Amino acid sequence: MFGYVTRRVLSAIPIALIAVTACFFILRLAPGGPFDGERALPPVTLANLRAHYNLDLPLIQQYFIYVGRLLQGDFGPSMVYNDFTVAEMLWIGLPFTLMLGFSAFIIGTIVGLVAGAFSAVNQNKWPDYVLVMLVMVGLVIPNFLMAAVLQLVFGVYLDWFPAGGWQAGSIPHLVLPITVLVLPHAGRTARLMRGSMIEVLGTNYVRTARSKGLGQRLILARHAIKPALLPVVSYLGPGLSYLLTGSLVVEQVFALPGIGKYFISAALNRDYGLVLGTTILYMFIILAVNLIVDVIYAWLDPKVRYH
Amino acid sequence: MAGITGKDAVLTEYARRLETLDAPKGRSLTQDAIRRLVRNTAAVISVFVVAAIVLFAFVGPYLLPWTYGEIDWSNIRKPPNFEAGHFAGTDQNGRDMLARIMQGTQMSLIVAGVATLVSVIIGVIYGAVAGYFGGKVDAVMMRFVDIMYALPYILFVIILVVIFGRNPVLLFVGIGCLEWLTMARIVRGQTLSIKEREFVEAAKAGGAKPWTIIMRHIVPNLTGPVVIYATLTVPEIILTESFLSYLGLGVQEPQTSLGTLISFGSPVAETLPWMLIGPAVVLVSLLLCLTYIGDGLRDALDPKDR
Repeated sequence: MFGYVTRRVLSAIPIALIAVTACFFILRLAPGGPFDGERALPPVTLANLRAHYNLDLPLIQQYFIYVGRLLQGDFGPSMVYNDFTVAEMLWIGLPFTLMLGFSAFIIGTIVGLVAGAFSAVNQNKWPDYVLVMLVMVGLVIPNFLMAAVLQLVFGVYLDWFPAGGWQAGSIPHLVLPITVLVLPHAGRTARLMRGSMIEVLGTNYVRTARSKGLGQRLILARHAIKPALLPVVSYLGPGLSYLLTGSLVVEQVFALPGIGKYFISAALNRDYGLVLGTTILYMFIILAVNLIVDVIYAWLDPKVRYH
Repeated sequence: MAGITGKDAVLTEYARRLETLDAPKGRSLTQDAIRRLVRNTAAVISVFVVAAIVLFAFVGPYLLPWTYGEIDWSNIRKPPNFEAGHFAGTDQNGRDMLARIMQGTQMSLIVAGVATLVSVIIGVIYGAVAGYFGGKVDAVMMRFVDIMYALPYILFVIILVVIFGRNPVLLFVGIGCLEWLTMARIVRGQTLSIKEREFVEAAKAGGAKPWTIIMRHIVPNLTGPVVIYATLTVPEIILTESFLSYLGLGVQEPQTSLGTLISFGSPVAETLPWMLIGPAVVLVSLLLCLTYIGDGLRDALDPKDR
């Protein structure tokens, strides 16, 4: 097990490096730059600015400087927001985004697993039909539409929760954003769980367990849940990545102070440092979660460890 | 009739009865699948709804008095008004909402169609090549897919769109280029088992080149899973496109798409609800029906889940 984990950690390093390199060059080889404003800057000022941010060096050299700094945890300066470094800006937004994303991730996964398992146990009875219907609704309504509808219904008409904004420590402000993030994630998880649970409940070993007189609960707890979790666990990595991209929209719609809201404006402004920093941060979170997911997977399915 | 054997007699008899249509007929796998699909009521209804939406989007504009870019100065921000020909109201610029919804649906459908095609082509060829050659080639190619999976791909789409301008063609290709990963995985898995079959061995023995074997013998046998997964990709792509449009990175004015319409409609939904309801209903029913069709096709074509 230890060897497996080490191998996974080591193999994540080249992935991270390739992704950083790809982002860096895609961004740099594109036309346009951070100093293309409405009014052209005088050439001397522009040259000074470019020199200040090392933009006048050959691209390869800039790349090595960037990676070198990155390894020391320095994301470089923001080229549009002069008063902050990228690391400072990300540091302000990160705790919020992580809190939002992980709460939604945990709630959504639990809700999805329970709903999926419940649906599978009651296959083709009315609770199953109701749940499958709900899951479908959660899956097909895009998050930005769901956000608008929830804001309107619960924020404006019923006035139960604030329709947007954020006050530190205020839970009501989080209810609607987290709901918007939870629904699709719970839906996908429930769908997968239902499918794999139905398959597991039809296997021979479950039938054996039943025929030797085990009760439903014991069968589920001892024999059915663990193998049924496998496809769901392998979905959690991509699932988190969906969630985080969903948080881009949610942070915009509900005016929340996470890192997602920087990303789009930074991309539009060609603020190289900030775009790269945000992308890299998202990527590291996703890679880390994938790593954890892989380890859980290996624990659930011993075959994986030896490949 | 000299020389006729017992077997010939049975076959002749069977052929005669086939002509008079009283023989039991065999069912092909395709017929089986179609029967299963037709029995799935949700899928059948969905097919009709999607067909209706496609007609609505592509034929509808010719039946309306207004085009999507035309401004009616006497009706700005007005609720549905049948006398003036604004069946779904007008937006803040006095443009007919129904015409805009039709144009938006059209755009979303075109993006979905082209991007799905791109993703199917890339995914099938990539997966088939990786699966057929196996070994190191396979390991490297699938490792690359794993890497791409681990990345927040929508961020890449956003970077690409921002950098290369909001060109609709780029939007199609960009989304298609990033949606092929799952397709490649599925195709590779199928190819691994197909390449062990006798007809591939026969083709190899006959001296066919790897490329010919892949295109002539392996790809046609992938039709089932590819069709199923492609159908499930379409709603995914519509969702991605509307997401980008919602963030203001999609198609440009005066053209529009469902995501753009929703993004303009949602801030004013309290006072001008018709600006949100129309596009939202079309988008949600389109996604719902496409998902049902995909599920129905999977149940019908994939013998494993029966």
